Amino acid sequence: MKQVPLPQLGRREFLKSLAAGGGFVLASRIDAMGAVFAGRALLDPESWALHDFLWLAPSGALTLLAHRSEMGTGIRTALPMVVADEMEADWQRVTIQQAIGDSRYGDQNTDGSNSIRGNFERMRRLGAAARDVLERAAASIWRVEASTCVAENHQVKHPASGRSLAFGELVAAAQNIPPKSKTEIESRLKQRKDWRYIGIGVEMFDVDSIVDGSAVFGGDIRLPNMLFASIERAPVLGGQAASFDKAAALAVTGVEQVIELPFATTEPFHFNALGGIAVLARNSWAAQKGREALHVIWQEGAANSSYNSDSYHQALLESVRKEGQETLARGDLAAGFAAASTRLAAEYTAPLLAHACMETPTATAVVTADGCEVWSPTQNPQAVQETVAQTLGLPLKSVIAHVTLLGGGFGRKSKPDYAAEAALLARATKRPVQVLWTRADDLQHDYYHAVSAQRIEAGFNAEGMPVAWLQRAAYPSIGSTFAAGANQPAGFELSMGFHNNPIQVAAMRTEAGQAAAHVRIGWLRSVANIQHAFAVSSFADEVAHAGGQDPFQAWTKMLLGSDPKGPSKHNRRLLKVSAAAIAASDWHTKRKRGHGLGFAAHHSFDAYVAVVIEVDISTAGQIRIPRVDLAADVGTIVHPDRVRAQMEGAVNFGLSQALFGQISAKNGAIVENNFDGFRLMRLSEAPAQIHVHLSASEGPPTGVGEPGVPPIAPALCNAIFAAIGKRVRDLPVIQHDLSWI
Amino acid sequence: MRLTINGTVHDLPDVDPQTPLLWVLRDILQLTGTRYGCGKGLCGSCTVHLDGQPLRACITPVAQLEGRVITTIEGLSSDGHHVLQDAWRAAQVPQCGFCQAGQLMSAAALLERNPQPNDSDIDEALSGNLCRCGTYQRIRAAIHSAAQGAANKAAPSEEAQR
Repeated sequence: MKQVPLPQLGRREFLKSLAAGGGFVLASRIDAMGAVFAGRALLDPESWALHDFLWLAPSGALTLLAHRSEMGTGIRTALPMVVADEMEADWQRVTIQQAIGDSRYGDQNTDGSNSIRGNFERMRRLGAAARDVLERAAASIWRVEASTCVAENHQVKHPASGRSLAFGELVAAAQNIPPKSKTEIESRLKQRKDWRYIGIGVEMFDVDSIVDGSAVFGGDIRLPNMLFASIERAPVLGGQAASFDKAAALAVTGVEQVIELPFATTEPFHFNALGGIAVLARNSWAAQKGREALHVIWQEGAANSSYNSDSYHQALLESVRKEGQETLARGDLAAGFAAASTRLAAEYTAPLLAHACMETPTATAVVTADGCEVWSPTQNPQAVQETVAQTLGLPLKSVIAHVTLLGGGFGRKSKPDYAAEAALLARATKRPVQVLWTRADDLQHDYYHAVSAQRIEAGFNAEGMPVAWLQRAAYPSIGSTFAAGANQPAGFELSMGFHNNPIQVAAMRTEAGQAAAHVRIGWLRSVANIQHAFAVSSFADEVAHAGGQDPFQAWTKMLLGSDPKGPSKHNRRLLKVSAAAIAASDWHTKRKRGHGLGFAAHHSFDAYVAVVIEVDISTAGQIRIPRVDLAADVGTIVHPDRVRAQMEGAVNFGLSQALFGQISAKNGAIVENNFDGFRLMRLSEAPAQIHVHLSASEGPPTGVGEPGVPPIAPALCNAIFAAIGKRVRDLPVIQHDLSWI
Repeated sequence: MRLTINGTVHDLPDVDPQTPLLWVLRDILQLTGTRYGCGKGLCGSCTVHLDGQPLRACITPVAQLEGRVITTIEGLSSDGHHVLQDAWRAAQVPQCGFCQAGQLMSAAALLERNPQPNDSDIDEALSGNLCRCGTYQRIRAAIHSAAQGAANKAAPSEEAQR
């Protein structure tokens, strides 16, 4: 019999050591938690484990490993569902075990819209390998040819004799059967027509616990003798405290300790803890009250304290008004401009944005002589493991990184600075510690989506087709978070819709302008595609209106180009979804002033998404969104309802930031500290209807979580122009007066 | 301090009466289904019921709550099958799920006072509950379907009488 690997063994050892040390154990709570993470069922030690992702118990109960993090995409359901389908398992018999961070599972960074893209075929093979072993196990029992045995819905049948055995009955025999090679398994994958879950979908595994409140998010971990921590961090990045009133904080009822964590003062800030004054208490409220009592005085003169959003915005614009560093050139730009009969230029800006997950960053840690154990809502448990190991000077294997459900991620929770904080405090106190960021902490110490300026200048021939195209961008790079001195857009950022913008033009030059970072810059759902799609799709709309053309017609012409071989594969797919969105909407109906439709389309994360947004603007400038049509080609659709949900979410996410999203800095400190300053779209402001139209495809699955976002802001602003003739080039929309008579 | 939550009386001798209900629920009573999102009554993640009315637990000191009836998501139904919980399942409303307990509590209070809400009733009752994943359209649809389902259940014979 094989040993069943139990990924949360660390907790049991911790509890044992804690009990030995005289601590008290809240057994029922721990059991409840353990049950959730063990997929609501303890693993039967008699289980058969073919590989790290699957345990089949003699009862027939099947436990599948979710190695990616659940932040709302449904991935914790979708990937195990693929395994179950290929295995011919009955989904009703499946429970899910969340993996800890461990490189044995492969890449676990739930980011870049990569979970299905990067794991679909792998999960199929894992499931098919299990089905293959079970069929051979049955064949060995019946002493028949394996090829005459067929797995179907949690049993193996021998049609010739009418015999069958349930999967659970095959566990003992399966233990002795070696799995086949990857190549052999590839030939055993199911035909598409035989899929029972892929392309159809199942209910989300976590829906019951979400609607009854029992779902365990990061802040729901409760360990015996745990302290709740709240940390006062430097308002200016790189700053540090001059003094603070420790005694006043300790005098607050419930406060037990005040600990100064060393301030991070030099870039790059990476995933390191920022440092600060931590107040640890018997509950979060006492910790927050104690923190207020600290009355920290900050040292003057931190390097970033002259950072102001208004002047920075101007500096970015100046940067794109002059020649930058060439990043791409094709054709003869000067000749193109010289031959052009008309020219058009426009500048677009977008502000810093915060992730603002509904669940603020939080992590719980305990440090013993054996190492450190961390529970956190993380998109990247291996990064938690690495960062905590490095922070505490421990070997990697001494850090166990558990993954709870995430109350939103959007890229924020790939960066485990908050786990490092919890680990440092747990080591200092020798007690379990939970760090909870307040909403102000979250908005003021984020890894922000970059503030940006772009300029596009194009020359057109007599038919209104572009013949010369100059495009410049200036924004602080994500690279600055990882390398000191990185001060202009990097290649990986420019490849997200800037260099590869789909407009067909013979002469094109792109340039990157300088932009130093003064806050931590990170990736947010769809990353640099946000600003690039905004500029390119807005400009395409401006080109159409300048030439008196229908925006969709003009877009089609610009993407088709004049190459006799026809447009690229990418442009063909983008045009196809563009036409689908237009066809689904009421595009060709003439509208009264105040009503308008806007179109935009973008290719990112291998997916193609086109959007038509309808706006209705009152004379007072109040904007309503009656309808959104979104058409997407995402390749093979693994879980249709979750793909739709991601696209619906992308529409709302994109609208929220286009309408309201703005983070600003004054003297180096972030101004917004809650949802009154950093507004999110509310239900009453959300589109009345969102219609998602998915293309049928047998192509490889693409990314889904992010690619719906980029076309939203330009489609909205194009709709505003169509409705009232006002062009919004500077986001967010809310700073503009949209009233009209 | 004595609080009645989900029908259970809790004696809380050591609690500072100025502590907001949210932290008593989460950190002391381990009723973690009520979530922290903003601490200022701006996002609705912490919505509970006080005598049947929606209440923001993050800004309500427990001092005000003695002798009142408090219901949290854990007490919305005895079996997890409140008509709205079932509607949420049927429409597969949640994405990350973090805000959904608050959304459900606001929706349940709405249906209590207005069993057949229209879109603008829903907008008004739910616009204090933020969702970052963007489940708003499914929330609207699920409330309508729950209202419809409850109406059908309450008057099963109406059709026959016609």
